[in-house]
Amino acid sequence: MQVEEGEIFGFIGPNGAGKSTTIKLLMRLIFPTTGTARILGKSISDIEMHRDIGYLPEQPYFYDYLTAAELLDYFARIHDLTVADRKERVQKMLKKVGLETAGKIQLRKYSKGMLQRVGMAQAILHDPKLVILDEPMSGLDPVGRREVRDIILELKRDGKTVMFSTHILSDAEMLCDRVGVIVGGKLRGIGAPEQLVDMKTQGMEILFELAGQSTAPLLAKATRTGDRYRLQVPEQDLYGAIEQLRGAGAKILSVSQVRATLEEFFMDLVEADRAQAAAVEVSGK
Amino acid sequence: MKRTAVVALNTFREAVRDRVLYNLLFFALVMMAASIIAGQISIGIEETVIATLGLSAISLIGLLIAIFIGVGLVSKEMDRRTLYALLAKPVRRWEFLLGKFGGLILTLAVNTAAMGVGLFLTLIYVKPTLERGDATVFVAVYFIWLKLALVVALALLFSCFTTPLLAILFTAGIYIVGLYVQELRDLPVAVMSPGMTAFTKWLSYLLPNFENFNIMAMAAHSRPVPGALVAQNTLYAAVYCAIVLTGAVLVFSRRNLK
Amino acid sequence: MKLAKTIVLALVILQGGFFGVWKLQHSIDTQRAALKEERDYVLLSSPKLLRAVSLEYAPLMADFYWTRVVQFYGNKHVRGDANLEELWPLLDITTTLDPNLLPAYHFGAIFLSQRAPGGAGRPDLAVQLMERGIKANPDYWRFYEDLGFIYYMDLKDYKKAAAAFLEGSKNPKALIWMKAMAAKIAEEGESYETSFFLWNDIFTTATDKQIKENAKTHLLLLRVHEDCKKLDQLADEYQKRFGRRPKRVSELNQAGLVQGDPVDPLGYEYVFDDNGKAVLNLNSPLLEKQLFLERFK
Repeated sequence: MQVEEGEIFGFIGPNGAGKSTTIKLLMRLIFPTTGTARILGKSISDIEMHRDIGYLPEQPYFYDYLTAAELLDYFARIHDLTVADRKERVQKMLKKVGLETAGKIQLRKYSKGMLQRVGMAQAILHDPKLVILDEPMSGLDPVGRREVRDIILELKRDGKTVMFSTHILSDAEMLCDRVGVIVGGKLRGIGAPEQLVDMKTQGMEILFELAGQSTAPLLAKATRTGDRYRLQVPEQDLYGAIEQLRGAGAKILSVSQVRATLEEFFMDLVEADRAQAAAVEVSGK
Repeated sequence: MKRTAVVALNTFREAVRDRVLYNLLFFALVMMAASIIAGQISIGIEETVIATLGLSAISLIGLLIAIFIGVGLVSKEMDRRTLYALLAKPVRRWEFLLGKFGGLILTLAVNTAAMGVGLFLTLIYVKPTLERGDATVFVAVYFIWLKLALVVALALLFSCFTTPLLAILFTAGIYIVGLYVQELRDLPVAVMSPGMTAFTKWLSYLLPNFENFNIMAMAAHSRPVPGALVAQNTLYAAVYCAIVLTGAVLVFSRRNLK
Repeated sequence: MKLAKTIVLALVILQGGFFGVWKLQHSIDTQRAALKEERDYVLLSSPKLLRAVSLEYAPLMADFYWTRVVQFYGNKHVRGDANLEELWPLLDITTTLDPNLLPAYHFGAIFLSQRAPGGAGRPDLAVQLMERGIKANPDYWRFYEDLGFIYYMDLKDYKKAAAAFLEGSKNPKALIWMKAMAAKIAEEGESYETSFFLWNDIFTTATDKQIKENAKTHLLLLRVHEDCKKLDQLADEYQKRFGRRPKRVSELNQAGLVQGDPVDPLGYEYVFDDNGKAVLNLNSPLLEKQLFLERFK
């Protein structure tokens, strides 16, 4: 798997698929049995390379008795930043993640959402080239999530590369240039979201109104809300269906393309994975 | 190296804010009680009693801190995952570990020094005239600190590969064993086979000998300590700590952090 | 490559470290031994304070000190040291920590009381110890035996000795001889039979090795003392008959005053010294023991 420079890469998969594990392997928190990885062209055991990367762990937790400002300052020192530099950046970061006023409060008093923001701040504090975020939206309310999305987009604007993992597919769809889908510990697909879902068959959706009852066979397949019906048909059957409906006295309101979502693609994969696992079980007997 | 210092100072700051230093209050109370008791029970040997009691208290309090906080240094960070963000930064695992060690022994140094001063003041209170041998109390406190440093190193080592509870038990266990290592060496030979004798002797050198650092008797009787002993004990502590910390670094470097 | 380097470095540190520790420990040991000359065994001077500090571990501490007592006496005794000054503080602490530690009292009765260098030569402290023991263990009649023993053997106060034996005999568990002993001492004071009986009783009932050893030696020397007394009497008789003191014990045999050549319990012939008094043969091992126990007579 490869992440290109300057793109936003989403790493998606169900819980337990191995997203965090992969990221931890990259961060050398855990050690692989086989295989290699490189970041920014350097081996992952190159400690200097870590100057150029930022990492936000899953459900971050920090030192109880430090304040956010002190924590950021501590991390800044680890990065060998000068005193003046440190002060400036710490302030900037606190402002960026919306913790300006809470900077002097001890971290043990922070809510989950606030901790998430501190986590984000420490990940980008030292202006890294690559930012890796493990479930950055978790624990945030819609406002918070919006803010994180904005930060990620801003990072891209500044020429940074962002890689984040999530199980919220809509976020991935919205933000990512490319995604990697991991299910059951294996990479199942990689590419731009649209490309992936293009693999799914498309169809057409007809939205129509029909008062009263009708025995047209097509109606059985439609979903009904009051007098309105939605019917999905394969592309080739579109005109035939419209004719039938017109014959039944329906008023066609709209016809649109059904775009398979990432979610469906995703669920299919999960299903396939489960079926395979079951099959293995059965054959294993 | 500089990063190690940064981690160390942060560890110190955290310990202080964690109200570890409140134990000093407790110690002050103990010293007051001691001087009162000493006055009641023994006439003419108040200094002996206070010195012994005080040094025992310093040792015990220091031990509790060294073992419990020592074990927590790494295991707390692993449990709560505060470690994860840190290790993604340009800092090596051994720098982190040594920094933690440095921070705690710094805390202990401040702690024992403060208690030592308190003890000294109590001694002055009961014995108005001073003699040269009275400085031995400070040497005794310094030796206690050396001993604590070694205990912290052991706590770190164990916490790197077992659960916190086991680490506490192992560390305490080795400490107790280490108190009797001296006896092991002096064990009467007649009872054992030559093989056993050699083994016990070898074991008695291998295990840390905490009795080396005990000069309570000398402090109690205000006898001056030869500089040679100070140098020897310092070296012993330093070398043994190096051994234990090397082990800890080796274990910690390859540990998977789930 | 980096891994190999790390492993090598680690091994060097570990190897070098333990070697350094080994060496350092040796030098520390030497240093501490040099400092340890005085007051090495008495860690804390005040028994009461020590007891207060030990809390529920007092009996345990007592055991610890008791071990020290035995070691201490063993070491000093072997070295022929005349200075057993610290025996009393040790026993004081031990029995304060655990007033029911019976062996400590028995030990004190013998070795505190006995004159130097075999003991501390402080029968007064021994009496104090026994009185404490009796107070804490009123049902243990043997302490009365020990008390009586001290008065009889070392203080030569036969009145008090008899009183002690009498008091002890009142205990229903006491053996019958206690009463007889009280009477005999009250009447005769010191006698060979009494001394022999008491040492023998100690020898047979004691469990402590050192006490047993000591009692055995005393029994042998008692025998020697009696033998020499008899031989002196016979020598006087000889002088009456032949006008001079005998030079060798075999002369007594030849004169028909004894049957066979008189030998000490270890089989060595007695000899007469320059004053014509019977003494132990120079070759007899008993001589050394006699000199040791009676050095400061």
